[in-house]
Amino acid sequence: MTDVSLSSQAAAARFFWVPKGVFTEGGRRALIAYLVVLIVWQLGSTSEDWLGTKLPVLGNVPSPASVIRVWAALIHDPSYWMSWAMSMLRVLEGFSAAVLLGVPFGLLMATNPVARGICLPVFELLRPIPPLAWVPAAIIFWPTQELSIASVIFLGAFYTMVINVVGGARALDARFVQVAGSMGGSRWNIFRRIVLPAVLPSIFVGMEVGIGITWEVVVAAEMISGGGGGRAGGGLGFFIWNSYVGGSYPQIIVGMISIGIAGSLSSAAIRALEPVCAPWLKAR
Amino acid sequence: MTAPSPARGAICIRDAVKIHGTDSAGVAAVESCSFDVAAGEICMIVGPSGCGKTTLLNAIAGFHGLEGGSIHLDGRLLCGPGQPKAPIGPDRIVVFQNGALFPWKTNLENVAFGPIVQGRLGRKAALEKARGLMAEAGLRGCEDNYPGETSSGVRRRVEIVRALMNEPVVLLLDEPYRALDSLTKSVMHEALLDMYYRNRVTIIFITHDLEEAIFLGHRVVIMTSRPCRPKKLLEVDIPHPRDYAVVTSRRYRELVHETAEAVHEEALKAFDLGEREAAEGGRFAA
Repeated sequence: MTDVSLSSQAAAARFFWVPKGVFTEGGRRALIAYLVVLIVWQLGSTSEDWLGTKLPVLGNVPSPASVIRVWAALIHDPSYWMSWAMSMLRVLEGFSAAVLLGVPFGLLMATNPVARGICLPVFELLRPIPPLAWVPAAIIFWPTQELSIASVIFLGAFYTMVINVVGGARALDARFVQVAGSMGGSRWNIFRRIVLPAVLPSIFVGMEVGIGITWEVVVAAEMISGGGGGRAGGGLGFFIWNSYVGGSYPQIIVGMISIGIAGSLSSAAIRALEPVCAPWLKAR
Repeated sequence: MTAPSPARGAICIRDAVKIHGTDSAGVAAVESCSFDVAAGEICMIVGPSGCGKTTLLNAIAGFHGLEGGSIHLDGRLLCGPGQPKAPIGPDRIVVFQNGALFPWKTNLENVAFGPIVQGRLGRKAALEKARGLMAEAGLRGCEDNYPGETSSGVRRRVEIVRALMNEPVVLLLDEPYRALDSLTKSVMHEALLDMYYRNRVTIIFITHDLEEAIFLGHRVVIMTSRPCRPKKLLEVDIPHPRDYAVVTSRRYRELVHETAEAVHEEALKAFDLGEREAAEGGRFAA
């Protein structure tokens, strides 16, 4: 790429508002990918008009045009944004709890054989239970519906966090601990200055996987719990379910894409946090 | 740096025994191993792979204990009767084979690590001292890089500076230059000697590289194949300070040759032993 084309692109970007990164190789590829998906979707969903018969699967999907129309109307609807906010909030609550409890618990299991011996059997028995299988129990156990949802979300991310932290801590190079020990590091110093930073990359892997699971769980939990007044119920999961019950099919798609966007945004936020917390990783 | 004090750092190993595994099915890694390292000496240890050199080094460092015999440092018992395992301390610092700089700390923070965690210096003073030592060692310019951004040769030098920062009396080097190419190695050797001439700290240096052993050492201890014990002690009568011109001298070539013969014999034994064990292992597996 020559300087001339670069500067003309820069000028174009200044003239029309073009998001940063669109002119990069990756940005262009992503744009093409989105366009291809939209075209295939549009052709498929309108197949009855130009083919005379519905294509399987795609023929029953609302067209992108109708989805965009419905979406455009929803953007001015505060209840749509309320659904976003509620799901986001729940994810944030459950996920933060999972990180705050999962990291110390994982470290404890990795570094203390007694704790591992006691906790691991129970942990391994509970771990295969899908978070959604906890929903009925959670509704019974917790006083409010909100707490039930939060606890189920928490479980979704918690196991992943713990597994990753344990794995990261057990993969810790023993030489680091030996060196730090011979240089006079106390147990606390070795924990803080060696174990913690060594486990940090694994914590980030756990968070990235965990937040994805969190979105899966929140939506399903909201579908089950249904709507309610005020802070109870609602959310993007309920939004989709409600659209289905109300027969507004384009709105289902709007809800689905909204979750996709919300999920990628939260993953991107975690990825953006990593070089701040672990600046040495980009040196590899 | 304060004046070198070669009166410290004498190691005395007597009848050391180390058995790997349980007592009944144990394999003796070290047996009736005795030798002395004088204060301020560079003692090179060579021997076949897997003969137990590292085991011995780890026992001096205190990473594990001995089943028998004793190790003294300057007349003080490190490990032996009544004290199965030497205490780990900043007077004996190990520099490992593949390097063990903390990847999450910059080179400068790595060097400053010891005095900070010991509480001997404040963070600022430690960083300042580390900067000075690195500059002295010709490592200016890479202080604020992470080890991952640094070439392997520079990393090894940083690691040795990190060790020296603790003012150890013994430096335990376990094949620190193994993975380096020979050109980088020769630079490392001169840098190490340069640091040694300034500090005169006792150095116990494990290597497979015989030329490295002769070039650096006052003495070369050639170990037998497992169990590890000194087979031959070779005085390197080439005066220090040395520089790279030494490698072209006749005496140097003679000594390398002499070492090679002794080592080769043991290497053959170790190889046969390995073959036998592999065959036995194969039988058990089948």
